[in-house]
Amino acid sequence: MPASNQTKPDRRLHRMQQLIVSRCFVLASLAAFLFCCVDSRLSAQDTNPLANDPKASKLGEFQFRSNCAFCHGLGARGGGRGPDLTRAQKRHGNSDAELFRTINEGVPGTAMPPNGATQQGVGMTETEIWQVIAYIRSVQVKAPAKPLGDAAHGKTLFFGDAACYTCHMVEGKGGRLGPDLTATGSARATDYLVDSVRNPSRRLAQGISEAMKEFSQEYETVKVETADGHKFVGVVLNEDHFTLQMIDLREQIHVFEKDKLSSYEKSRESLMPAYDQKLLSDKDLQDIIAFLLSVGAQ
Amino acid sequence: MKILFKRCSRIAAPLFLLAANLGVLSAQAQVSPQRLLDSAKEPQNWLMYSGDYAGHRFSTLDQINASNASALVPKWAYQTMAGGKFETTPLVVDGILYATGQDDRAFALDAKSGRPIWQYQRALPADIRPCCGRVNRGLAILGDKVFFGTLDTHVVALDSKTGNVIWDATAFDYRKGYSITLAPLVIKNFVIVGVSGGEYGIRGFIDAYDAATGERKWRFYTVPGPGEPGHETWEGDSWKIGGAPAWITGSYDPATNTTFWTTGNPSPSNRGEGRAGDNLYSNSLLALDPDTGKLKWYFQFTKHDEHDWDATQVPVMIDQGEKHLIAQANRNGYFYVIDRSTGKLVFSNPYAKTTWSNSKDAEGRPISLKEASPTPEGNRVCPGAAGATNWMSPTYDLQTKLFYVTAREQCDIFSTAPQPYEEGHAYYGSAYFPNDDTAPFWGALRAIDPETGKIKWEWKHPSPTWSGVLSTAGGLVFTGDAEGNFIALDAVSGKALWHFQCGASVYSSPMSFAVDGKQYVAVAAGSALFAFALP
Repeated sequence: MPASNQTKPDRRLHRMQQLIVSRCFVLASLAAFLFCCVDSRLSAQDTNPLANDPKASKLGEFQFRSNCAFCHGLGARGGGRGPDLTRAQKRHGNSDAELFRTINEGVPGTAMPPNGATQQGVGMTETEIWQVIAYIRSVQVKAPAKPLGDAAHGKTLFFGDAACYTCHMVEGKGGRLGPDLTATGSARATDYLVDSVRNPSRRLAQGISEAMKEFSQEYETVKVETADGHKFVGVVLNEDHFTLQMIDLREQIHVFEKDKLSSYEKSRESLMPAYDQKLLSDKDLQDIIAFLLSVGAQ
Repeated sequence: MKILFKRCSRIAAPLFLLAANLGVLSAQAQVSPQRLLDSAKEPQNWLMYSGDYAGHRFSTLDQINASNASALVPKWAYQTMAGGKFETTPLVVDGILYATGQDDRAFALDAKSGRPIWQYQRALPADIRPCCGRVNRGLAILGDKVFFGTLDTHVVALDSKTGNVIWDATAFDYRKGYSITLAPLVIKNFVIVGVSGGEYGIRGFIDAYDAATGERKWRFYTVPGPGEPGHETWEGDSWKIGGAPAWITGSYDPATNTTFWTTGNPSPSNRGEGRAGDNLYSNSLLALDPDTGKLKWYFQFTKHDEHDWDATQVPVMIDQGEKHLIAQANRNGYFYVIDRSTGKLVFSNPYAKTTWSNSKDAEGRPISLKEASPTPEGNRVCPGAAGATNWMSPTYDLQTKLFYVTAREQCDIFSTAPQPYEEGHAYYGSAYFPNDDTAPFWGALRAIDPETGKIKWEWKHPSPTWSGVLSTAGGLVFTGDAEGNFIALDAVSGKALWHFQCGASVYSSPMSFAVDGKQYVAVAAGSALFAFALP
């Protein structure tokens, strides 16, 4: 009896597994079918069908404010989280079809989510996406922005006298205490970059929006002392109520349980010096920003 | 045939034994209306969203308590394998756990092992656009059926033993911006649900369906139509798209046969122009007759709201001697205590940072400052759009007599702009922006004395969280955080006694149950449902 008792549930389990597998297969095929549909529709539509509709950009502005302005700012001029979209050059493609794709599918590896996937707020219909594109075109600067500064000189400063590289990486070269700046030029508004250099403690490195924040890094300064008297200063890599993960000034990673530390002090006074006019002239700062923008544009 | 016959004869004897036990078994399977009323008599079971009709989310189980909570271990995890927020609170009835998942999944598990018994997933239309994730918060149960509301705005009854669809009722056309995300509430033989869709210019309602047939028995529109009292609180035709969704489960007072439901923001959420007036019954507490859907009284928390401060927090019934009250920590940052026989405000008191009011009306309700209205450029107001709390459940502890709530300390910049209404399209009247504050947002679990509104203690969260709270007779309060911890705290002191890292944020409200004399605490986090117990 025990043997037959065992086989029955096993058989049932097997059937259930088959059922689940077949259901999954149906779902997967459905997903594949939908994906193909969307995909073919996309490639068929190379230009904005609403490009000549004067009402479209106004309607697009409403959509933009609801869905995009949280990161890209009012007027699409950029915020701490998203790039300035009034720039003529868009990092992930300038054509209507490319903009549509960026909005609809998001940009993998960045804070830009696929349409409707933020779990906060509603997604947009295809028409609404085209309206947003019409709006972006309406606020886009007509002439390409003249070069902000001397990117080559900016690069020399970054890896030389301004010593940015001691804490920041660009394209795999540099230090680890601050954020990697490879994509920062294209992902942040210019004003934000200037402010971050002149006044790094004001906002620190701003996290991405909370909806996506499983894990946002703000590079807060932390000082700890262990029970056996070791002291470490560095930046927070991550933390929760109970634990701390940090990197110290010598780029060593440390992990702690907070209640086992003899002291723990966190501050939003950045370890980065505030680069005032004496440390970095306006012209040199413009050159460094030009360098960061040129990296992002590649 | 031969094989079949052989098998039959082999199982005939056990079948006979089974038949002898049938009376007992069917009694176990059937959840009668009386069992729901007497939920306190079976603390091993969790029979409805908040655990009881009073909305307490309090378990009288005390096997896990302040002296042994540090020994808690995970017993099992069930993965839905779906993305998005997992907001469910499971039900447990006689050893079987019933819950919902993302994308309108539902499932039944062996509550002891976590092994699935059945799984259901709704074939959702491709063009649903629920506002805030493809979420569902749970089921209701009656007889041998479990009930849930769907993202395409149906109410569905599933067979509790197989997950088969027994009936499927259309509540409304989802294309017009309606959806259902809450766990229904069963009262007598009715399944009561409310709708979501405050982001689309819907006209909110609360429905009751016959549990046996799925036939709709009544509908209460949360925005009164022409000729109905309250209609005059809407400008022109704005009532037609007035919002006021009811997207969190209500509570029920059998003594007065009254069910209490709460409503969300008027539409559009960030623009008051075009809908002058108080906009009843948005952001309100409603006292309804569950048999007819007739309104007994209402209390409006935020009049003419322009900040998306839905009042959709579970209404919690509290009795203090002869006083029969409802307590609510509202999204607008105030803690309200209301007389539940009259709907009159007893008092209101802020429990989180608020900047939108500095005075109260004659009834004691905070009055909104003109300067707090959203502007075209944006205007910083606390609390932010997500509110000082949100849909995550608070708990009322019958032992400590304290009300515990997840508070969010986050301000936002609110902006407004004219927006034409288009059916089924997002309708906010603009948006909110992250503020420019240098200090990061944070949160706290706060223990409030509902007699005074004073905060007894708080437990700080490094960032605002979306976890609800459970209290138990073991002297414990359970909650989660955005960093993925599930935490047990001493209900009296607020000291953390235990925590477990779930690996993803907790977006749900925990519950407790027991099987074979062993107590469990369950919570959803990431894509997994976890059950914890003593070793």
